[in-house]
Amino acid sequence: MSQAQFDALIDADERIEPDDWMPDDYRKTLVRQIAQHAHSEIIGMQPEGEWIARAPSLHRKAILTAKVQDEAGHGMYLYGAAESLGVDRAELLDRLHNKTQKYSSIFNYATPEWADVGAIGWLVDGAAIANQVPLCRCSYGPYGRAMVRICKEESFHQRQGYQIMLTLSEGTPEQKAMAQRALDRWWWPSIMMFGPPDTESPNTARSMAWGIKRYTNDELRQQFVAATVPQVELLGLTVPDPDLVWNEERGQYDFSEPDWAEFATMVKGEGEIPNLRISTRRNAHTEGEWVREAAVAYAEKQQQRERVA
Amino acid sequence: MPADLLTHVLRQADRILVLSHRLAEWLTHAPELEEDMALANISLDLLGQARHLYTYAGELEGLGHDEDYFAYFRDAADFRNPLIVEQPNGDFAVTMVRQVLHDHAALLYWESMCSSTDQTLAALAARAVNETRFHLRHSTGWLIRLGDGTDESHRRAQAGLDTMWPFAGELLGADDEDDLRAAGLIGPRFDGGWRAAVGATVVEATLTMPPEPPTRSGGLEGDHSEHLAPMLEVMQDLARAHPGATW
Repeated sequence: MSQAQFDALIDADERIEPDDWMPDDYRKTLVRQIAQHAHSEIIGMQPEGEWIARAPSLHRKAILTAKVQDEAGHGMYLYGAAESLGVDRAELLDRLHNKTQKYSSIFNYATPEWADVGAIGWLVDGAAIANQVPLCRCSYGPYGRAMVRICKEESFHQRQGYQIMLTLSEGTPEQKAMAQRALDRWWWPSIMMFGPPDTESPNTARSMAWGIKRYTNDELRQQFVAATVPQVELLGLTVPDPDLVWNEERGQYDFSEPDWAEFATMVKGEGEIPNLRISTRRNAHTEGEWVREAAVAYAEKQQQRERVA
Repeated sequence: MPADLLTHVLRQADRILVLSHRLAEWLTHAPELEEDMALANISLDLLGQARHLYTYAGELEGLGHDEDYFAYFRDAADFRNPLIVEQPNGDFAVTMVRQVLHDHAALLYWESMCSSTDQTLAALAARAVNETRFHLRHSTGWLIRLGDGTDESHRRAQAGLDTMWPFAGELLGADDEDDLRAAGLIGPRFDGGWRAAVGATVVEATLTMPPEPPTRSGGLEGDHSEHLAPMLEVMQDLARAHPGATW
């Protein structure tokens, strides 16, 4: 296969598979994007994982455990998709641990209250779905197929998050206030999950031409706001943006500009929470090394025994 | 005083909930992603079993208490779990040793409960047997790999066995449940079967069975180690801060 065949497949909106020829930059872009996505899944287990122990009912404890388990599974499919491009999971994990690859900066925010678990499911997973549904049609086959499975589970996550927010909003005044505080904390970070404005997103055009990306950051952001505002109204809560208003003419909401300076700081991944996220990951990996070595040593012994037998 | 069926059911439910909680503490700290998934899965199965048992305990008690009452609004002294499940996780070997000791007992327990004269418990047992077989395959698989893996993993697995073994006796059930056995509500004791099964795993893992019989007990009567109360404090804090709230 050649550049011409690759271009023809892209033009025909068909899938590129692992054994097909592909431009180096296409491969690099995908590895970077899929790895970052995989890292986000496994780092994202932490803020919610902390709440499993403190979940306020057995029903919630069960749902949250299942959700965190799903996220580990998503990490595994995604590392698998990245491996089909010729890198291995251990190498990608090293890059996460030494901070040369990033994870979504959304997980650098604190989750001090139970309602944050609801807000993460509803808003963060909601924004993730908006980002990810188009990726089911990604030109790279293994990534697109992994995303189909992931999106199905994410929509369950989003529903459970909204359900938490709904229960809190209909609960005691303290519970409703807790829900509002969580909305206040997570609204802007969720809006910023779609990435910088189109005017400052240098890779968007190329990723769209390659069929990796299907909508621009601003288009997705707009869709998300349109879908989410009515949900906020249903909860009887208030969006923390005084300038949010329906624009009849555009048929869209107008809203304030997010604080991109804060976004830039969060993306850098410096400070207490990012350090905690990475050190938790790194410690799990380092402290688990003897276990992984034992599994390898045992498998080798077994092979030897089978050869002798 | 002989234990009634409610006490028996709470002993099982508490054992299973506390173990589920301990396993969930591994999430994001497991040695590899596959283990995060496996431990979450086992924790979740156990949580499901505990919830059924608590709901049934509420029916037996007849005071209108639901599953969350038993989990969140009783103090440590009211819990009837064996001490082994409340012990801290330790390293992965300690956790896997505990699982092996527990899962062998749990499988024999649930198998015997399939023919309980109590229809609710017999039905629950039928499902739990399948889950427990999977849990046992996971835990024995790991203990064998650790015991027969590297020098370090062997040393840690043996240390884990030495740490958890003194607590293992309570997994075989309580001494005050003979009336329930006589009535066919719970199955016969399975001490011999358990020793043989655990012994076989320990041998395959190239480990050495501790020479002394298990000595520590008290959990089944509510006499706990220092580790249960702090665990419950974390677990119950939010629920207790909002009494009467729904979540």
